[in-house]
Amino acid sequence: MFKRVMTEIRNPIHIEFEGQTITVEKGETVAAALMLAGHGKFRESSVTREDRGPFCLMGVCFECLVEIDGTPNRQACMTLAEDGMKIRVQKAAFEETTR
Amino acid sequence: MKSVDTIVVGGGLVGAAVAYGLVRLGQTVEIIDEGDIAFRASRGNFGLVWFQGKGSDMPEYSRWTRGSTEVWPDLAEDLRAETGVDVNYFKKGGVHLCLSDEALETHSDLIRRMHNIHGPEYGVRILDRKQLDDILPGLGDDVVGGSWSPHDGHASPLYLLRALHSRFQQLGGVYHSGARAEFIERDGNDFVVRTPVSTHRANKVVLAAGLGNRPLGKMVGLNVPVNPLKGQILVTERAAPTATLSIPTTFVRQTAEGSFLLGDSHEDVGFDTSSKSAIMADIADRAICTFPFLKDLRVVRSWAALRVMTPDGCPIYEQSETHPGAFTVNCHSGVTLAGAHAMNLAPMIAAGHLEDYMSVFSAERFNV
Repeated sequence: MFKRVMTEIRNPIHIEFEGQTITVEKGETVAAALMLAGHGKFRESSVTREDRGPFCLMGVCFECLVEIDGTPNRQACMTLAEDGMKIRVQKAAFEETTR
Repeated sequence: MKSVDTIVVGGGLVGAAVAYGLVRLGQTVEIIDEGDIAFRASRGNFGLVWFQGKGSDMPEYSRWTRGSTEVWPDLAEDLRAETGVDVNYFKKGGVHLCLSDEALETHSDLIRRMHNIHGPEYGVRILDRKQLDDILPGLGDDVVGGSWSPHDGHASPLYLLRALHSRFQQLGGVYHSGARAEFIERDGNDFVVRTPVSTHRANKVVLAAGLGNRPLGKMVGLNVPVNPLKGQILVTERAAPTATLSIPTTFVRQTAEGSFLLGDSHEDVGFDTSSKSAIMADIADRAICTFPFLKDLRVVRSWAALRVMTPDGCPIYEQSETHPGAFTVNCHSGVTLAGAHAMNLAPMIAAGHLEDYMSVFSAERFNV
């Protein structure tokens, strides 16, 4: 769906999304990197459990929250990809418990 | 300059609810609003629609609040049906929690006094810890008991504000933003309201400008002794629904979006809306004592806002004696009382006089 305007990656770094390694250009955001790799689901809605992904891409809508290196609620669109980052789909807090 | 029936000064929840109530009756209405730079208590509101302990020293206030909870379902449904905005109103009951035996005893006394005001239909019950566990799982050890009210609930203040404004404009109301009312005077049978950018004319004027009512009131012969009382709120990341989404408590509620709101601080510090860590820590401590599972959540936002407080905490509703047609509306419960303001107060303002039973809400009560 998305492709880079640049034809080749000049400064490659590697991030991991749900265990899959993705090669991205240094300076790209996590959101851009994941979308370029074909991913649309970044998180699940806490209440409705619907899939959610980036919407505004400018830090306003908070739809693109992901878990990065164990920290949830990171805005993928406002975070630059860094070599070795481990990124996961964000699940609702308390999801595993029954309250 | 065209004269309308009524100018409402202030576009927060109080002004918007009254204005919506007036246009529903076919009145021509303009809201003159400072805009989002205003202190705007509506934006800081915790979001409870709450009756159970209100007005123990002023039965009329208690009945007025109860009346608002009675019409709230119609208000929410009208707004949803006509604007498509769901204000996320839940009326499945609300719980006041007590964290010590002493607090429970004091609170039980209050509930008994309230029973005396309302009689058997009051419907609020004191619950012991075991009964609380049945409706609110996950309570901490410090919670000893509380009270449950079937009339109480919660809603989204922001969606309510948006929905009231939408419906107001759908029904022909005109909203002026960036227009801080600075001067009001009589001119013949009309009132003229001046802002830095515009002049407005109406047969009646309703002061619903929150803390701004004090200076504005003086211009039309109304004494409005309101003062700021700061409250701070913490917001957690979103979480899967818990029982508090259906049944809010006085200082912890879960929104329809899954966030927990933690709050209910009271600071008399003037016009200061800064978030302060000491109070935030107290709020978090009490919330975690009450629901220990909250300790696993991250706080993502906080804010402070200024309640519009009268000396006795009860509302002021009054028509000016020297300037008939000028009304003032003041309270710290813009969400709870939105129903009463739209459905019960607006018709009186449209008719040009407050019912006799409203005289108890006059600011005259502070002059004895």
